[in-house]
Amino acid sequence: MSATTTTPETTSTTQPKKRRLRTPYFQVVASLAWKDLRAEARGREMVNAMLLFSIMAVLIFSFALELDRQAQEATVGGVLWVTIAFAGTLGLGRSLAAEKDKGSLDALLLAPVERSALFYGKMIGNFLFTLAVGFLLVFLLTVLFNVNLFRPVLWLIIVLGCLGFATTGTLVASMSVHARAREMLLPILLLPVILPIIISATRASTALLTELKTEDWLPWIQLLVVVDFVFLLAGFFLFDFIVEE
Amino acid sequence: MQYSESRTRNLRWLTYASIGLFIISFWMIFSYVGPERTQGEVQRIFYTHLGAFFASFVLFVVALIAGIQYLRTRHEKWDDLGLSAIELGLIFSLINIVTGAIWARPIWNTWWTWDPRLTTVAIMWLAYAAYLMLRAGIEDPNRRRRFAAVYSILAFSSVFLTIIIIRVRPDTIHPVVAGPTSTSEGIEGDFAMSDRITTTLLFTIFTYVVISITLLWHRIRLENRTKLIQARKMKLLLNA
Repeated sequence: MSATTTTPETTSTTQPKKRRLRTPYFQVVASLAWKDLRAEARGREMVNAMLLFSIMAVLIFSFALELDRQAQEATVGGVLWVTIAFAGTLGLGRSLAAEKDKGSLDALLLAPVERSALFYGKMIGNFLFTLAVGFLLVFLLTVLFNVNLFRPVLWLIIVLGCLGFATTGTLVASMSVHARAREMLLPILLLPVILPIIISATRASTALLTELKTEDWLPWIQLLVVVDFVFLLAGFFLFDFIVEE
Repeated sequence: MQYSESRTRNLRWLTYASIGLFIISFWMIFSYVGPERTQGEVQRIFYTHLGAFFASFVLFVVALIAGIQYLRTRHEKWDDLGLSAIELGLIFSLINIVTGAIWARPIWNTWWTWDPRLTTVAIMWLAYAAYLMLRAGIEDPNRRRRFAAVYSILAFSSVFLTIIIIRVRPDTIHPVVAGPTSTSEGIEGDFAMSDRITTTLLFTIFTYVVISITLLWHRIRLENRTKLIQARKMKLLLNA
């Protein structure tokens, strides 16, 4: 099903002279991401679980850390990123496992398209779901922790952090999906690799929320951009090796 | 698989050499070099600490190269090399962490602190431990080798982070020994090294690198032996 949605134009050869065998790169990426979004809009099993999980996690955090105002400002960044990481891991495992169990991963791999385009397509889907969790948390933490998270710079940090998380996560999840105890293996494989992202995102958010100077959080955002870029490139080169059969 | 006489002889000599080097470095640490001015006797563990770090660093670089080479050539020997290097690297970085904790107890007054350097080393260790978990979790041998190679490349990012973090983070209390430091001169943790300390340090690092290469060689031979035995068992079972 997913394979047919990726190549609607090439299969119906309206221009027989040109004989375009390959779908344009960005079209593959876009249609795969669109497929994931539509499937999620209809089934809603992944996003619902992720959102519910993050609400519960935040509740547990706010009960476990009964803090005064200053301490709340200092911890809310950590709570935000720990919850994003765990809820994101939950979603990643599902995203690739569903693809494999229905056999649609094989169908995608049979399609005459660039493998890295498949990677970026899946990555964008996961990125948007993680981002949804991130923005839900902005509301939730503002209410429950009484710290104003409505700041454009914080949103930039969330976007960058979720991008890095989804990139690495898609790469690692596409490996762990073939393992025996995949639900158990994914966090173990993923967390050490994404820690550079989580650390820099947490440090940047905390520095921002505790009203530190620009010099204190800007380097972390720069580091985040560099790490994101490195992992995006790593995905481009390494995904081919993971999915080849 | 039959090993040639000369190779076995070379390995034997290398083993004797590393034992000899280890004894000499032990002697240097405990009697050639004097106690450090401010830290006293406990500073002697620092030679082992740094030696083990360099050994694990070399081994993880070997694992990275082996991973890239495996993906390029698909020859099984690169996978064996990667696995052996990571197993040994884990042991050496464990030595590194434990000796660091022993050193930190009198100097920092705590076994462990969430300093950037210590945190990244812990992450590095966990990443390579996860590598072994990944191998254990995948049954298809071709796929296991491929994923292991990919993951050893990804995990190297944590080594890279460990190397750079004390050079970019000014708030670390871990001393920067090799190369330029971002912190200002003369603060606590900076080492001003005498000639004897430098000599002992370099010698110990050299010793540990030689030991790690020797052990790596032994470990690869062990892997080959295991495969040989398995192949013979299979043959026997098929014939019976």
